[in-house]
Amino acid sequence: MASLQMAALLSAPSTPVPSDRVRLGALRLSASSSSTARNGGALVVRSEAKVSGGGASARGLSLITHAVAEKAAAASSADSKPGHELLLFEALREGLDEEMERDPTVCVMGEDVGHYGGSYKVTKGLATKYGDLRVLDTPIAENSFTGMGIGSAMTGLRPVVEGMNMGFLLLAYNQISNNCGMLHYTSGGQFKIPIVIRGPGGVGRQLGAEHSQRLESYFQSIPGLQMVACSTPYNAKGLMKAAIRSENPVVLFEHVLLYNLKERIPDEEYVLSLEEAEMVRPGEHVTILTYSRMRYHVMQAAKTLVNKGYDPEVIDIRSLKPFDLYTIGNSIKKTHRVLIVEECMRTGGIGASLRSAIIDNFWDYLDAPILCLSSQDVPTPYAGTLENWTVVQPEQIVAAVEQLCK
Amino acid sequence: MAAALLRRASTSPSASLLRPLSGRLFSSSSDESVLSIETSVPFTGHKIEPPSRMVDTTPKELLSFFSDMALMRRMEIAADSLYKAKLIRGFCHLYDGQEAVAVGMEAAITKADGIITAYRDHCTFLGRGGNLVQAFSELMGRQAGCSNGKGGSMHFYKKDASFYGGHGIVGAQVPLGCGVAFAQKYNKEGAVTFALYGDGAANQGQLFEALNISALWDLPAILVCENNHYGMGTAEWRAAKSPAYYKRGDYVPGLKVDGMDALAVKQACKFAKEYALANGPIILEMDTYRYHGHSMSDPGSTYRTRDEISGVRQVSQERDPIERVRKLILAHDIAPASELKDIEKEVRKQVDDAIAQAKESPMPDASELFTNVYVKGYGAESFGADRKEIRATLP
Repeated sequence: MASLQMAALLSAPSTPVPSDRVRLGALRLSASSSSTARNGGALVVRSEAKVSGGGASARGLSLITHAVAEKAAAASSADSKPGHELLLFEALREGLDEEMERDPTVCVMGEDVGHYGGSYKVTKGLATKYGDLRVLDTPIAENSFTGMGIGSAMTGLRPVVEGMNMGFLLLAYNQISNNCGMLHYTSGGQFKIPIVIRGPGGVGRQLGAEHSQRLESYFQSIPGLQMVACSTPYNAKGLMKAAIRSENPVVLFEHVLLYNLKERIPDEEYVLSLEEAEMVRPGEHVTILTYSRMRYHVMQAAKTLVNKGYDPEVIDIRSLKPFDLYTIGNSIKKTHRVLIVEECMRTGGIGASLRSAIIDNFWDYLDAPILCLSSQDVPTPYAGTLENWTVVQPEQIVAAVEQLCK
Repeated sequence: MAAALLRRASTSPSASLLRPLSGRLFSSSSDESVLSIETSVPFTGHKIEPPSRMVDTTPKELLSFFSDMALMRRMEIAADSLYKAKLIRGFCHLYDGQEAVAVGMEAAITKADGIITAYRDHCTFLGRGGNLVQAFSELMGRQAGCSNGKGGSMHFYKKDASFYGGHGIVGAQVPLGCGVAFAQKYNKEGAVTFALYGDGAANQGQLFEALNISALWDLPAILVCENNHYGMGTAEWRAAKSPAYYKRGDYVPGLKVDGMDALAVKQACKFAKEYALANGPIILEMDTYRYHGHSMSDPGSTYRTRDEISGVRQVSQERDPIERVRKLILAHDIAPASELKDIEKEVRKQVDDAIAQAKESPMPDASELFTNVYVKGYGAESFGADRKEIRATLP
């Protein structure tokens, strides 16, 4: 029941966003952040473990229940609290906009990113602002436009290549693997590829098997690539900015169902670190490692677990390649029990790699075998009930924690 | 490298431009007097008016063609021997027979223009200004190699000369090349990019995708098909329904060029550069031939006869690029045959010296295994479990 409720709330952005929500003018930059942007004196935020447990989980919980916020509430609270509220796709756009403003070599390439505004509205308004040469509508030719993005990155441009759905980037796999990931190495360091490849992936709402793929498991062995997954508006904007500024090729995984999440983010400019994990909820009993949409399933399960007397520590790993083994290791040294909850398939997914990385590094600290909850090794079915059973549901997470802590 | 050869080879003092051509036995190597020479075959155009068959060149240029091509030929032959001596391992694709394409192209463009090619890249690297020691070291996997020994035969690059490699996967370099052209247009550089591929790669879908995008966005991209008539062991008529590669661009104009005539290549590339800067992409098909097999693992004789090879080279068609330039030099009294022989001897010595120097270069250090996987920089350090705290600062 809860899972269906979840699915209804985290709806895919099929309804048009009301125009006053698309506050592109206001989103652009407040006076303080524009001056800091120009001076380059912005701050970098670490994911501190200092967030109070109640606050973090309350924020996570309120996100689940108020994913579609009312206008009145937004208007009244706008003046009193610092920062501004926006949806996750707007946060991505804000990050992209700020970086394009700051650096003229940043350009966006993808299908329908320009005049149409992006199929998930991440690039809406950017083409009008920056012109057709910086926000480029490509034909449906992933292999070649990804290759062209990489070629232009070799000369020093910083393209942001959008796959309309991450699954389409399988057509560009050769370019991403050989040219994107390996060119810096095979050229002896001569060429850098500061490209960002981003797009929505993951299991959506009955989108069918081919549009519900988790590409992080396919890309994870490519050497030279960095992979991050965003899950909140706050980290979406920060990771987008960090990815664009990174000299390495970065794949930024967004999730189709998370685009309409609402959160209040700071007005000041901030950039997150690409290799850091985020402490969502500190705890003592068990470490739950998750990322992207499964974070919300975990937090929902955490509600139940807290009521049952458990104290789970939830970490959103964010950085899929390389893993933030520092944060993860500290957590394991504290709790001695690990549960990985991911949306990848059981075979060869991120969880499989994370499990073996933890075994290699933290074996002595484990009191129980590492449990890994992943999606089933099946193509995602169309039928809603079957689709729900392919991904991990909060009840399974609760059961797994109970088993771990026995 | 070539300039040094020429200085040594010249017999007369620097020429005055007013000196008449006739009544003098041999031009000096620095003679800038213009010769107009006809290409062996006319150009064929597809949706474009082909350029004239008369190519302007100078004695200096012809001599430089000769010595550059002789150097490239010698390098490839030496690489053949090194491979058989097991000093070069893996894949080694040799370019001998096709030197005119590299040399003619260089004569028409600058180092601001980009070149990207596939794995048959040793001579292109040399043409872009790479030196022999770097080339041989890279082939043998040594530290002095142009990619520090970590790339190998198929991964030669020279960023400062706009040489973008050196790629192993057939056809994948063409979208990259169109991306470089995109960046040149984005930055308003006024330069073009030549994306070279073979007749085998001409059937890759990504080529047509990239061509479509380049034509839509009017990119200064020139796609050059080095048609040596064999995609490894498959003859072109067995791989392509339409082997007229210069026409395959359909809406993009094309030019068919005799790729074993360095002057024709030079003319075509000059023409293509002017066209691409003004109008967008154009395809050049270089009709050329490789004497070796596809790579060192391929004898090159199972799918074609030795008579065919020697026929193209010297017997019936007489298309060998170096011999052609030699005949031109001798016919126009630019240098005596003995001077050309000296150049070849000098070139042989240069290659031998370079090999000896390359052999002295050590193998890469074990720590090099992990360098250059990522770029050190903003948000890019990757450590193990015991790394220190990262506190990244913005540039």
